[in-house]
Amino acid sequence: MKTIKNSYLKITLLLGVIFITTISCEREVSEDIEFATFPKNDEVFVDGFSGGLQYWPFGGSKLDAFSVDNETKYQGSASMRFDVPNYGDPEGAYAGAVFPDATGRDLSDFDALTFWAKASQASTINEIGFGADFEENKYLVTKQNLRISTNWQKYTIPIPDAYKLTLEKGMFWYAEGPDENGNGYSFWIDELKFEKLGTIAQPQPAIFDGEDVVLKSFTGAIIEITGTQTFNLASGINETVSAAPSYFTFSSTDPDVARVSELGIVSIVGAGSAKITASLGGVKAKGSLNVEVSGTFETAPVPTRNPSDVISIFSDTYTNVPVDFFNGYWEPYQTTQSTNFTVDGNNMISYTDFNFVGNQFANPTVNATEMPNLHLNMYIPDEVPANMDFLITIVDFGADGAEGGGDDTREQVFFDKAIWTANTWITLEFPITLANKNNIGLIIYENINFSSLKNFYLDNIYFYK
Amino acid sequence: MNKTIKYKINAKAILVMSYLLVAVFLITGCANDDTQTVANFTKLVLQDEFDTDGALNNAIWNYEIGTGENGWGNNELQYYTDRTENITVQNDVLIITARKESFNGSSYTSARIITKGEQAYGRYEARIRLPYGQGIWPAFWLLGADCGPAVIWPQCGEIDIMEYRGQEPTTIHGSVHGNGFSGGEAITKSYSLLNDRFDTGFHVFGIEWAPEYINYYVDDVLYNQITPADVPGEWVFDHPFKIIINLAVGGSFVGAPNIETIFPQTMLIDYVRVYKK
Repeated sequence: MKTIKNSYLKITLLLGVIFITTISCEREVSEDIEFATFPKNDEVFVDGFSGGLQYWPFGGSKLDAFSVDNETKYQGSASMRFDVPNYGDPEGAYAGAVFPDATGRDLSDFDALTFWAKASQASTINEIGFGADFEENKYLVTKQNLRISTNWQKYTIPIPDAYKLTLEKGMFWYAEGPDENGNGYSFWIDELKFEKLGTIAQPQPAIFDGEDVVLKSFTGAIIEITGTQTFNLASGINETVSAAPSYFTFSSTDPDVARVSELGIVSIVGAGSAKITASLGGVKAKGSLNVEVSGTFETAPVPTRNPSDVISIFSDTYTNVPVDFFNGYWEPYQTTQSTNFTVDGNNMISYTDFNFVGNQFANPTVNATEMPNLHLNMYIPDEVPANMDFLITIVDFGADGAEGGGDDTREQVFFDKAIWTANTWITLEFPITLANKNNIGLIIYENINFSSLKNFYLDNIYFYK
Repeated sequence: MNKTIKYKINAKAILVMSYLLVAVFLITGCANDDTQTVANFTKLVLQDEFDTDGALNNAIWNYEIGTGENGWGNNELQYYTDRTENITVQNDVLIITARKESFNGSSYTSARIITKGEQAYGRYEARIRLPYGQGIWPAFWLLGADCGPAVIWPQCGEIDIMEYRGQEPTTIHGSVHGNGFSGGEAITKSYSLLNDRFDTGFHVFGIEWAPEYINYYVDDVLYNQITPADVPGEWVFDHPFKIIINLAVGGSFVGAPNIETIFPQTMLIDYVRVYKK
């Protein structure tokens, strides 16, 4: 039976797959079983789309940025042409696409994606690589800032670990925007294929850019690992690409403190300290993550005021009024990033890279005439900077109920440095002394006098009487 | 059974095709009479297989210590030592290690060894895995045994069986130096691997040196022959030479290491063998 099965396999792969399945069902698996493999086709685009290759532009990109060019080519009859739009092009802000093969291919015999490229002007392609399939992007590989010139030149994007790629759909992808002057340009790619160069060597994988990162954290926190792979090429040049976490094998010195998934997600699960390290293809990665977990994150004190005495902006205890945003991003000066996080069902706002930030609730504004005090809980992780100087501004939008319009009034409340303590929730309560407080729409938090506070959490922001 | 038959059919097709290829090949091959024989000398006269862990066999080798004159004449940056950190035999290979460390005024350390014995002519062969990186300069070479104040270099002669720049991991160079053809004017040919490199596996580097020629080979490929007619000066290769193996850091041939050069770098030597006719 086995011999017959093999003969059919020679006829067509598809039939062969069916036969294997059928026979496997009928008989127990023998040790001689031959697994069906996926095509090992090396060509992506040589003089046209290789079998199975598709073109899927990114949403928001210029959909027709890609075309097949029969005039300009490195060799053969055609190349891939990419027209990067000018700034403000209504058809799309950038050029970018994924070229998947829906069947998938076995790339495990190759060690690099190679191509010849040139551009209408010397330029730097933002991102280019393979492994993007509009699915998991599990084995995404990206070369950032690939410099190309106006002459045809061969480029090599090494595969971080080809053994992983027994079924890969993402053959090629790229994303590139206008140049620094806002001008679009064109570039061409030809002879795009996977190769076994045999000269991709001396791997130097790294996580966290090769740094040994030390992080104070708490139970429930999530940290994402980023990794790179560097190979020495035949040219002697070290080529570094971003490699998706799935190329790596992670380990934690204490899984009771921190666990790592194969997708590179570190979950903090208990108190203590743990070191996360990684390897890629059996080579230890440079860089690590040391987490020091003080234990379960202390949530802010649960408010005890009667709900009828409170107008709540942000709290799990009370019903909150509609809020426009907790982080109005005021360009270009604001650096603050915000994330909401949850510990044991209690939501908190986390601000990082803080310089200033606002909470706006103008639709409708809050009438705090009967609730003339503000309460909030604030938590500064790690340490309070020595130059801490903090200002909270309450803005009443006036009769027009909108910011500006000449009728806004504001109250500035400065806080003495002495009140701050790190790694604990402190409670700020103060009366609002604005003459009119019936159209309050904005609370602004800011560093002043070069205060270097970077990170803090907020909870239980409410007006009360 | 079907499978077997199918394979046979394929095999026949391939056979027919290869007959054709061979036929063409033979015609051109015979016409030029350049049948390649890599090496003729088979009488083994010196052999170090490095199969005793620990120090070097001091019946065969001497260490060359220090920085020589002007970085061994090449502005090399390393200080050569005989410490096990720089040279040791482990697991049947000689390991020469270049390290980045301050040592006696140098910023790098490494090792260089030279045979005690000397010989004119012969087949010299070593199986080596090379290191890599900008500014790394390993070599397996012969130097005239009479080199010194009386017969100064290059009159004493130099035959470089293998030199390599760590920043060009697929290419080695074979050279001869004499009066009128030394340093940058040496008679050199480079040999590059296709789809392979010299720092990921062992390769055999050899010459066969007779009065009439020096043949250069890598693995089973004879890539150059230098004869007295090829050198623009006196043929200074008719007297005994000694073998030198070293791993230099920096120097005029390679330039200095850069921030991406990883240390330590190791040169692994599986064996050194010398044959006579």
